[in-house]
Amino acid sequence: REDGGRVQNCGTFGVLQEIFGSISTADGSALVKLGNTTVICGIKAEFAAPPTDAPDKGYVVPNVDLPPLCSSRFRSGPPGEEAQVASQFIADVIENSQIIQKEDLCISPGKLAWVLYCDLICLDYDGNILDACTFALLAALKNVQLPEVTISEETALAEVNLKKKSFLNIRTHPVATSFAVFDDTLLIVDPTGEEEHLATGTLTVVMDEEGKLCCLHKPGGSGLTGAKLQDCMSRAVTRHKEVKKLMDEVVKSMKPK
Amino acid sequence: FWGAAAVSLQRSAHPLLCYVAHVTVGLAQNFLPEWTLLGDTSVLAGVYGPAEVKVSKEIFNKATLEVILRPKIGLPGVAEKSRERLIRNTCEAVVLGTLHPRTSITVVLQVISDAGSLLACCLNAACMALVDAGVPMRSLFCGVTCALDSDGTLMLDPTAKQEKEARAVLTFALDSVERKLLMSTTKGLYSDAELQQCLAAAQAASQHVFRFYRESLQRRYSKS
Repeated sequence: REDGGRVQNCGTFGVLQEIFGSISTADGSALVKLGNTTVICGIKAEFAAPPTDAPDKGYVVPNVDLPPLCSSRFRSGPPGEEAQVASQFIADVIENSQIIQKEDLCISPGKLAWVLYCDLICLDYDGNILDACTFALLAALKNVQLPEVTISEETALAEVNLKKKSFLNIRTHPVATSFAVFDDTLLIVDPTGEEEHLATGTLTVVMDEEGKLCCLHKPGGSGLTGAKLQDCMSRAVTRHKEVKKLMDEVVKSMKPK
Repeated sequence: FWGAAAVSLQRSAHPLLCYVAHVTVGLAQNFLPEWTLLGDTSVLAGVYGPAEVKVSKEIFNKATLEVILRPKIGLPGVAEKSRERLIRNTCEAVVLGTLHPRTSITVVLQVISDAGSLLACCLNAACMALVDAGVPMRSLFCGVTCALDSDGTLMLDPTAKQEKEARAVLTFALDSVERKLLMSTTKGLYSDAELQQCLAAAQAASQHVFRFYRESLQRRYSKS
């Protein structure tokens, strides 16, 4: 795989860097640096039987890991609350935005489907983990190449053709924008670790390219008026454009396999 | 010194955006309040505190707030953890923790039945339980759920069936003083304008909820 990396200064946002294909053993991967916060996403594709209530769908299983490596506030052991909340958030974003059609992951209805295990590991925690995880996931999914699978008639077993690989069909590009709220007067975009710690509340908006909102995640904290929310939406729209541009540039710069 | 309260909250949704519910309140000593199960969403909330806190969890200048949400069946999972975090942050914004430093206030929520709008019901139950326990708060809060179906019609407090068929389900927590948005969590795709519409509708509906809080508390304290 060829690596492609770009650095872009997104105005008032932290510097966003992306590197595709950093993990050679994974089917798709991406490393995202948002300011100091670094998240790496690795996607492994495996076979599984599709769920009985939806026999033509595959699975996407996200998992966010915040190891003690990234920050002194996390201990080793079972995933803490922050990691669980982030995992649930990423699962919601995948579900709500329909980033990939689960039907695309089906190989043979009722018998075999792909399951994509998305592991997001934070390497450096400096705030704004949700934004970084969403970018990493999106970039990694764009990087995933699935081999062609045929079910042979005689043995009814799957035959994998590793030479013929195809990219996933990414339908929408959800981009997350996080804000730190201070006493319902001040809003800071893309907060660092220190700003998040001192904030009285946070707000994350996930928007796709048509301006539709996939997720408005505001876990408590001080109140916001409707006008302030409107402000946040317009920022989110600008942010989406910038990130999309960066991602397109990186994809173009990658040498075709 | 500890105080406790148990509140059982039910609600039934009318298509005319009317909010009708019954509440029965029981005291903590005999933790068996009676409630009538109508097959609607019902959540039992208990508040313990301000009480002793473990040294590892203690915060020197304010109270440590903990929320435990138990689902009706099965073990609590990642989704419950996520909801607990939402409810906890909402309570933290409202509870005057600085009046009780180095203590813990625990809110325990048990789902009795789920017929849609569960998170909003949990929020309402938590608020009533905090009031009943006498925990100092700077305002009350309430939870309201909005559902948008495929042709853009708005429904408040949807049932489980409506939630499943809806294009988007938005849950808001609003405070009682200025109807500001304290917490929001959404599912599905919707546009900016629809968000503002839902928020306005939720703010209007929250009046009914706050009036209901006032009436039920009046009823409780007029008996004893």
